Amino acid sequence: MTTPPPYTKPLPTPSYNSRPFWEAAKQHRLTFQRCKACGARVFYPRDICPGKECFGVGTLEWVESTGKGRVYSFTVVLQPADPAFRPDVPYILAVLEMDEGWRMTTNVVNADAASLKIGDRVEVVWEDATAEFSLPKFQPTKGRSSRRRG
Amino acid sequence: MPDTMRGAAAIVGIGELKPERERPDRDTISLLTEACYLAIQDAGLTKSDIDGLIMEPEIQQTASGFNAVMAEHMGIFPTWATGCDVQGAAGVVMAVQAAAYVNAGLADFVLCGTATAMDPRAPRPEHSRRTETWGSEFTAPFGPVVAANGWYAMIARRHEMLYGTTVEKRAKISVDQRYNANHNPWAVFYDSPLTVQDVVNSRIVADPLHLLECVMPVSGACAFVVTRADLARGMRNKPAYVLGGAHSIQRNNLAHVGEISISPVGQASRKAFRMAGYGPKDMQVLEIYDSYTITVICEMEESGFCKKGEGGDWIQEQDFTIKGNLPLNTHGGQMSYGQAALAGGCSHVSEAVRQIRRTAGEHQVAGPTDLVFVTGSGGLFSQQSAMVLASEAAL
Repeated sequence: MTTPPPYTKPLPTPSYNSRPFWEAAKQHRLTFQRCKACGARVFYPRDICPGKECFGVGTLEWVESTGKGRVYSFTVVLQPADPAFRPDVPYILAVLEMDEGWRMTTNVVNADAASLKIGDRVEVVWEDATAEFSLPKFQPTKGRSSRRRG
Repeated sequence: MPDTMRGAAAIVGIGELKPERERPDRDTISLLTEACYLAIQDAGLTKSDIDGLIMEPEIQQTASGFNAVMAEHMGIFPTWATGCDVQGAAGVVMAVQAAAYVNAGLADFVLCGTATAMDPRAPRPEHSRRTETWGSEFTAPFGPVVAANGWYAMIARRHEMLYGTTVEKRAKISVDQRYNANHNPWAVFYDSPLTVQDVVNSRIVADPLHLLECVMPVSGACAFVVTRADLARGMRNKPAYVLGGAHSIQRNNLAHVGEISISPVGQASRKAFRMAGYGPKDMQVLEIYDSYTITVICEMEESGFCKKGEGGDWIQEQDFTIKGNLPLNTHGGQMSYGQAALAGGCSHVSEAVRQIRRTAGEHQVAGPTDLVFVTGSGGLFSQQSAMVLASEAAL
């Protein structure tokens, strides 16, 4: 059994707002915030609701996501801003639209960049970067062709 | 809303440094000071005439008290000064802000400017690599692309999927702007012609964006002087009047708010046109902020030059060269003239002034240049500004 090489890419720097997200991520649970006052789905984590005409302070609660969504848009990365990602080139950087109506930036893995399309179904797959941090990444939903359905 | 600003102020002096790929011997303050000196002299003024200051600090610099830094460096001591923090939208926003100040009586001669001495080829410092992604812990761990390329690639991909705006169509913007640059000796690509095939064949920097769809980073500086219309009329240059202007913010991070192929300039342009009493069809020259081909196409759609989604086809029917029906980015734009960071966006303003004065020389538009539409764009389709500049004839 060999020791995995040390993780050299940037890790999250949790704030008091985002700590619950990364704590849940460690348990492979994908979470986002929802406003008790107006129902807004909120991501990235905050402590005050940005919802339309909502003045909610302390009204955001954590909700678990199904971890399912669609590709909203993506690029194939050839020139990463951070050299730590160079060995991974080319890889897919994407904005996803989750089924609950919130969006996040992440990587789509286990996918063929040439055939990936906006609207493709994806599901979360966890990368345990370190003992402290697991990163939510996504892969095309297997088993059926569900492209742009619904 | 009363049109108290319409034509009440004008740009009367411009100062700009030639875009250079490298300027290892100069820092930002030095470049900006020189551009400011040129603008004041161009206006026929002295340093002591300047009583208002709006200086935008270099991108990603925490220049606390930047106006004071510049005031001391230039030996100019104004009685009104404010900052500007709108990224690439700075040129238009500074001009409109200055117009409001002189109209309100806060100052008579407002000096505006920004610069960058960044060596575009130098390795980026560690903090820059981690922070330039506008983001944070929710982008950095996933490996964002250098500069803004990845985000604008995602915009281009959505526009391509929704409306079929392929690289073959987008390339038209690069090619027509290059033609203009080929007539501007200050443009970094003055000597190099460009074809659609060149753009399509250039390497992909962030799929689907190709290299020749992107800006060319340079060092440079740009400044201008704004004054009241009644003062402008007695001065040495033909005034470029501010007829209307606005600035619209729609998001900070691209990922989280709204349809990303809709750029914020729609709101700003509608307000600017309403103030000016003109519409898109009246504009004779367009100086539209160009960070990427897709940026220009979205801005023209949102500003009402064509319908949303029709930009890719509509641009094929236009001639955007200085000899064409709708001259666009007549200096070459940031893609072919050069983008001196935030001063790159300022170059759209200074070029509009040159066209209105009819002093652009080899790249002067042959047809009328009395009404010019100018935009600026900051961040990731985050905030965009729009302004109508006019000659005396179009007031």
